[in-house]
Amino acid sequence: MKIKLQEHILVPKHEILSKEEAEKVLTVLNIKKHQLPKIRKEDPIAKEIGAKVGDVIKITRNSLTAKEAVVYRVVVE
Amino acid sequence: MAPKRIRSIKFELLSPREIRKMSVAKIITPDTYDDDGYPIDMGLMDQRLGVIDPGLRCKTCGGKIGECPGHFGHVELVAPVIHVGYAKLIGKLLNATCRNCGRILLPDKKRDEIVEEIERRRETGGDIEDLVKEVFAISSKTKECPHCGEQRVDIKFEKPTFYYENEHRLTPIDIRERLEKIPDEDLKAFGMDPASARPEWMVLTVLPVPPVNTRPSITLESGQRSEDDLTHKLVDIIRINQRFQENKEAGAPQLIIEDLWELLQYHVTTYLDNEVSGVPPARHRSGRPLKTLSQRLKGKEGRFRGSLSGKRVNFSARTVISPDPNLSIGEVGVPKAIAEELTVPMYVSRYNLEEARKFILRTEHPKANYVIRPDGRRVKVTENNAEEVTEKLEPGWVVERQLMDGDVVLFNRQPSLHRMSIMAHEVRVLPYKTFRLNPAVCPPYNADFDGDEMNLHVPQSLEAQAEAKILMSVQEHILSPRFGGPIIGGIHDHISGLYLLTKGDNRFTKEEVMEIIKPLDVKKLPKPAYEIDGVKYWTGKQIFSLILPEGLNMTFKAEICRNCDVCKETECDIDAYVVIKNGVLEHGTVDEKAIGAFKGLVIDQIVRQYGTAAAKEFLDNTTRLAIRAIMHMGFSFGIDDEDIPPEAVRQIDEVMEEAKNEVANLVMAFKKGELDPLPGRTIEETLELRIMQSLGRARDRAGKIAGNYLGLNNSAVIMAISGARGSMLNLTQMAGCVGQQSVRGERIKRGYSGRSLTHFKRGELGAEARGFVRSSYKKGLNPLEFFFHAVGGREGLVDTAVRTSQSGYLQRRLINALQDLKIEYDGTVRDTKGAVVQFRYGDDGVDPSKSYRGKAIDVKRIVEEVLSGG
Repeated sequence: MKIKLQEHILVPKHEILSKEEAEKVLTVLNIKKHQLPKIRKEDPIAKEIGAKVGDVIKITRNSLTAKEAVVYRVVVE
Repeated sequence: MAPKRIRSIKFELLSPREIRKMSVAKIITPDTYDDDGYPIDMGLMDQRLGVIDPGLRCKTCGGKIGECPGHFGHVELVAPVIHVGYAKLIGKLLNATCRNCGRILLPDKKRDEIVEEIERRRETGGDIEDLVKEVFAISSKTKECPHCGEQRVDIKFEKPTFYYENEHRLTPIDIRERLEKIPDEDLKAFGMDPASARPEWMVLTVLPVPPVNTRPSITLESGQRSEDDLTHKLVDIIRINQRFQENKEAGAPQLIIEDLWELLQYHVTTYLDNEVSGVPPARHRSGRPLKTLSQRLKGKEGRFRGSLSGKRVNFSARTVISPDPNLSIGEVGVPKAIAEELTVPMYVSRYNLEEARKFILRTEHPKANYVIRPDGRRVKVTENNAEEVTEKLEPGWVVERQLMDGDVVLFNRQPSLHRMSIMAHEVRVLPYKTFRLNPAVCPPYNADFDGDEMNLHVPQSLEAQAEAKILMSVQEHILSPRFGGPIIGGIHDHISGLYLLTKGDNRFTKEEVMEIIKPLDVKKLPKPAYEIDGVKYWTGKQIFSLILPEGLNMTFKAEICRNCDVCKETECDIDAYVVIKNGVLEHGTVDEKAIGAFKGLVIDQIVRQYGTAAAKEFLDNTTRLAIRAIMHMGFSFGIDDEDIPPEAVRQIDEVMEEAKNEVANLVMAFKKGELDPLPGRTIEETLELRIMQSLGRARDRAGKIAGNYLGLNNSAVIMAISGARGSMLNLTQMAGCVGQQSVRGERIKRGYSGRSLTHFKRGELGAEARGFVRSSYKKGLNPLEFFFHAVGGREGLVDTAVRTSQSGYLQRRLINALQDLKIEYDGTVRDTKGAVVQFRYGDDGVDPSKSYRGKAIDVKRIVEEVLSGG
């Protein structure tokens, strides 16, 4: 039996951004990819959504202060 | 010259070649000075190594003291010795390479893969540690060399510097030979760079001798020279080295040679690190362990934490602090003796020339201590040369003027845990010998007056003074960045004072009002609230309203509020519903909730509505008014304030009797096995829980009874409910019953087998047998209770001691990890490389010190403002 991590209430929403979306995020923040926080490609959630090295993942999580917070991570080895 | 930037730092091992190359002198004699006190050539104090005596010049570079940076020498060791710092790595390398051919115990293909991976990770800034660890692990498990077929023999490394191969001890010469055989390409697989760190360099054949200014000798009063610890250690090394040489040349027996070799190893080891486990530390003649190289760098007082990260400063003072409510919160009372010592530089210009002259000519307190001429020379100003100096004084000079009223200084109390631990105050020069501060600023410093000392620093440039004033002033820190509420506010007597003044309907005659408001700057009194028989009376609320800014509107429930089911609002029985309208306190009592530090809603509102200057003034007035009020009304506390009438004692006895029976019943039920366990608990746990519960309830009831009989006019009760000091629990323990003592949250059961003390039967489960203290502090504890109380109290002491040290270390690590993070203008939090840590500071981008108690907006307040037409 394989459980789906995304369905767990404590796991925030993870989505892979398309090339254009990722590019836009980087331009808005005015940074290079390596300045983003990282996530391992072996990370269970990265494996589940099928992220490849170099992908940018958008994570939408609940926040005590802002109700909802968006963070981005780049997939690394 | 353009400033140079350090792009990177690389650490390498010193190769013997490099040591010899940088050496200016070969050291061969262990002696330092000859009989005339002249440094011996080729000795440890060789003049080519630099100068430490003023007036002399360095024989290498010709520089004077301060100019010559010092130069290294070297000692040729007769036989190689292991460098303790690398002993473990040497062991690992020996185990991971072939004893015959020196190759890594991995096939070439695998090795190349690893080298490639390491290089790739280096480029991307990844971590190679885990990979290298893996390489060591696999290669040390190989049975046979894949290159020459030699069987691998496990080498046992024994601390500190011994290596055994099948019980046979390897000499440093053997080890060096083996390390030399490891090819450069193989080293890369261990994460080592062969160009900067060949493994054989970890076995020393040449020892660098640090320059003399690294180990200066000191001349004692008796004229005797006392050498530095490092010099002592080097003397030992050279002496043994010499003896070793002689013995070797004379063809001494192997045994003696080995002994000397080991001795040389010992001296070199302790020279590098005198705290190696398994090696007795080298000691001074007096028995004090020597401070050698590693000790100079390590720890709190070491080079890094003690000399580089932390430094000692001038223009600072430290003394005991004491309270003075008549000072402003933004002021600090500085003892005259300190003010005469500390100075502020005055940069003389056309505009302040006359003013500067006046300071030079003065003979007492705010006078000039020194003047600095444009050429940098300092001249002490004395009565004799004052005239002369004033005449010469012109723009470009600097006059060092004594500290005086109005100067900006930084005031600090350790531990400096948050930014409010260092704030800028204005100086008030006062008599006596302590720093004085308004007690309302105690909370941010976490200071009290039981002997606390604080530090004071005088900013020396106009920029620094301006910056301190604008950014660090006390008034700028009334709202804490920690929780967005006031951290500076009334404490203790301020709260009790205003509580007494504003509670209910106190009436004061004009004389009384004048007495209370004397320290305030009040020009006009409001219309008296009452006029009876031609005598005018003002209420306490009216007096307090005098210090409230005009236009202030607030409604809130005071600290004394009992949270009734239905709030009667302005009709409150205990006057706990505070209404301030247009700067007039119409209803309610002022207590901790209104003006207290951490809670003070009124302070909070004043800062937000009127700014920090108004808040400062409000706090100044609050402290003055409160102290006057409490003195006028009279407030004291003594042992007889804990007296409760016999009726109350009887009631408490009854409660206690009841509780005792309850416990007895529980124990009986437990023994009969009739006790129903609580969900998820064993029967034993259930019993404990139930007993604790009923005893806790009994204590609370006793407290309530005591509290009721003490009444609301009891000073301890007043302090507790107004939030000035103490709690109702403290009162319960003083007047009612101290209650259950606990260790680790359980009743006390440790001690003898099956019982806490020999006064009880084994397995006794009653209240007294497990540390219930029935007495009150007032009544006094019996010996058994006293013992249990001490047991519980000790746990508390140990807890605090452990907690402070742990949280201190945690704080240190946190600060080191976060110190370079910065919020950029786009709201992201980034490190120095520009890598994003948070995409929006705190997710919402709100500055907590500008937030309303951590929330971005105060909705209630906005609604209120809109409704009142504000």
